[in-house]
Amino acid sequence: MVKEIESKDFEEVVLKSDGKVLVDFYANWCGPCKMLRPVLEEVASERSESKIVSINVDEAEELSSKYGIISIPCLILFENGKEIDRSIGLKSKSDIEGMIN
Amino acid sequence: MYDIIIIGAGPAGLTAALYASRAMKKILVLEAVSYGGQIINSSMVDNYPAIPHTDGYDFATRLYNQVKELKVDIKFERVIEIIDQDKYKLIKTKDNTYESKTIIIATGNSSRKLGIDKEEELVGRGVSYCATCDGAFFKNKDVAVIGGGNTALEDAIYLSNIASHVYIIHRNDAFKAEDVLIKTIKEKNNIECIYNSNITKLNGEEKLESIEITNNDGTIKTINVSGIFIAIGRVPENEIFKNIITLDDSGYILAGENCHTNIQGIFVAGDARHKELRQLVTATSDGAIAATEAIKYLDNDKM
Repeated sequence: MVKEIESKDFEEVVLKSDGKVLVDFYANWCGPCKMLRPVLEEVASERSESKIVSINVDEAEELSSKYGIISIPCLILFENGKEIDRSIGLKSKSDIEGMIN
Repeated sequence: MYDIIIIGAGPAGLTAALYASRAMKKILVLEAVSYGGQIINSSMVDNYPAIPHTDGYDFATRLYNQVKELKVDIKFERVIEIIDQDKYKLIKTKDNTYESKTIIIATGNSSRKLGIDKEEELVGRGVSYCATCDGAFFKNKDVAVIGGGNTALEDAIYLSNIASHVYIIHRNDAFKAEDVLIKTIKEKNNIECIYNSNITKLNGEEKLESIEITNNDGTIKTINVSGIFIAIGRVPENEIFKNIITLDDSGYILAGENCHTNIQGIFVAGDARHKELRQLVTATSDGAIAATEAIKYLDNDKM
């Protein structure tokens, strides 16, 4: 399942996490973000070892600007607290799987 | 063996699926990314008959659910080649090859790129093709819209309510857009139009910082902007078909209102087709026609 998190949880859930965490920066007014969600849910359900979380940019303005989010949907892959990959726009399931692998 | 394989799950492809499925044909829809097509980027759809005040995501999702209710098989695989084998056709994706008696191509089109250095690297870092998606991130910043058609002017008006200053950079001396939009642009005091000019350079490493504008008379100037919104039209994605399907000079598939391509049993629907008006309503209309023509072709074949 894709877990919704808030700014205050970011450090604990993403930065301090061992291994990879995929973060979905989205907004409710963004059509492509809504399209991406079921794709992420599918990836998450098929790969229970993958940690995928989502952050609403409207409720996490400071965090979004810290990571330079100016286009959504934006997926950032963190590994041991460091950004290792980033993808902008609507992506296919195989694109996302390729990113995590 | 399928009766009809539909390539693309936008409004045209899904409407074709709706008609073909109701005619009890065995069909498969192949989609490269996600259902819905480009309409999902529209925050407001107000010109589809009988469904006022909807948005692109809602429209696409309703249509998708309508098709899924009919148990239509939709697979998310990108088609890389089609082969005409006389009696049937082969459709290849990265991992699979499918056989079908007919094909409906409904691949739509995508945003035209500027084709200048750094454009790709700066996507999501100040370069955008969708004002309604990304505009909100440019609150009180300076931005530029590139283009001079309806979309460019709509983008500029939308952005003028968010950004502090909006430049419109257009290569000609006059906009080619609806009068009502041109009038609104003139009334907005934070929109500045730069005519007869092309964008020639993008500056910035981690993010866009400024752009270089070259006037048709040769003068060059640099303006500081955090974002540019490119609205210079759209281009079809028919490259993979051109070895067998006839395209027009712009790359659209040549077919009349009956949606027949030059190859028997291959049809085209929606924005991928050579046509005058590319709208939601003409895409769904094409979907109905292409499916009906494919059904006719299949039924004649049986006799």
